[in-house]
Amino acid sequence: MRIFFLICLSLITYSVNAQVKLLKLDDLDKRIANGKDTTYVINFWATWCSPCVAELPNFEKLRLANLKKPVKVLLVSLDFKSKLQKEVIPFVEQHKINAEVFLLNEPDQQQYIERIDKKWSGAIPATLFVNKKTRQFYENEFTETELKNTLLNLK
Amino acid sequence: MKRLILMTFMLISGVALAQTEGYKVGDIVKDFSLKNVNNKNVSLADYKDAKGYIIVFTCNTCPVAKAYQERIAALNAIYATKGYPVVAINPNDAGVVPEESFQKMQALASEKKFNFPYLLDPDHLVTKQFGATRTPHVYVLNKTDKGNVVEYIGAIDNDPEETNSTKVEYVKNAINELSVGKKPAIASTKAVGCSIKWKKG
Repeated sequence: MRIFFLICLSLITYSVNAQVKLLKLDDLDKRIANGKDTTYVINFWATWCSPCVAELPNFEKLRLANLKKPVKVLLVSLDFKSKLQKEVIPFVEQHKINAEVFLLNEPDQQQYIERIDKKWSGAIPATLFVNKKTRQFYENEFTETELKNTLLNLK
Repeated sequence: MKRLILMTFMLISGVALAQTEGYKVGDIVKDFSLKNVNNKNVSLADYKDAKGYIIVFTCNTCPVAKAYQERIAALNAIYATKGYPVVAINPNDAGVVPEESFQKMQALASEKKFNFPYLLDPDHLVTKQFGATRTPHVYVLNKTDKGNVVEYIGAIDNDPEETNSTKVEYVKNAINELSVGKKPAIASTKAVGCSIKWKKG
């Protein structure tokens, strides 16, 4: 019985720690390429960015509304890597975020900003709608309706 | 009628877009006059002996801007005497973020002993003129016979967290190059920053 509890406990701890994974852009590209008909709605945010935090619930609503469709919401944090344990993971727990959360693990902003989108100035929030056929990038905040409509009108 | 309204709307939004595009490298900057934390207005023309300027859009609350506060002060300490003073402008609207108010700017400037002007841009006019999109966002200007020419736009360095082993100090490099009559080898960079908090409505 005690062992059972220990296993449960370690599983819980594991899932908590596993909530936020480090992400390389190469891995993201691979995932999109292997995504078949999946559209990825990738939001770039940070715990310190107040408009980002304000719009996170809209992404959760979008995720819930599309559970049965080939749509994945990915939340990519641009917080400092040193803040992963102290700030990002507690934030994700506290806000009960159920979407997949990552912390971008790329050292060179000059490179990764351009790679995500040439038009991007680096300001957040920013959101990328991407599937194998199309790639649309927005450097702005989204309301729930705007998110829904952007996804519906994706060419 | 509907069509007319639509066309008017498109025209207005087109103008608004054109306004937000802002300066590119090589453009000549229109001078401005904005209120400093000491209640006196500051213009670029006030700096008679300047060879150029380091215009920094920064603010009270953005963690990235805060991470750069000391580096901005250090830039002024090194380069003001060499003819390239720092002029900081807060692009944010206090109606959206109360912590960005003029009083809070004054408090921050006195607490951190800012050795450079920290200006209020109440209706984002100068911010839009430059086309700044985030804090911190830097424009290095070079004073010429034709006016103040934008020579560099972007980040202060590529090391916000001060952990990058291959640190490149873009602004320092740009000014060092300008001061010996060269164009900056890297004239524009991108960086993650806080979006500007625009006035609502």
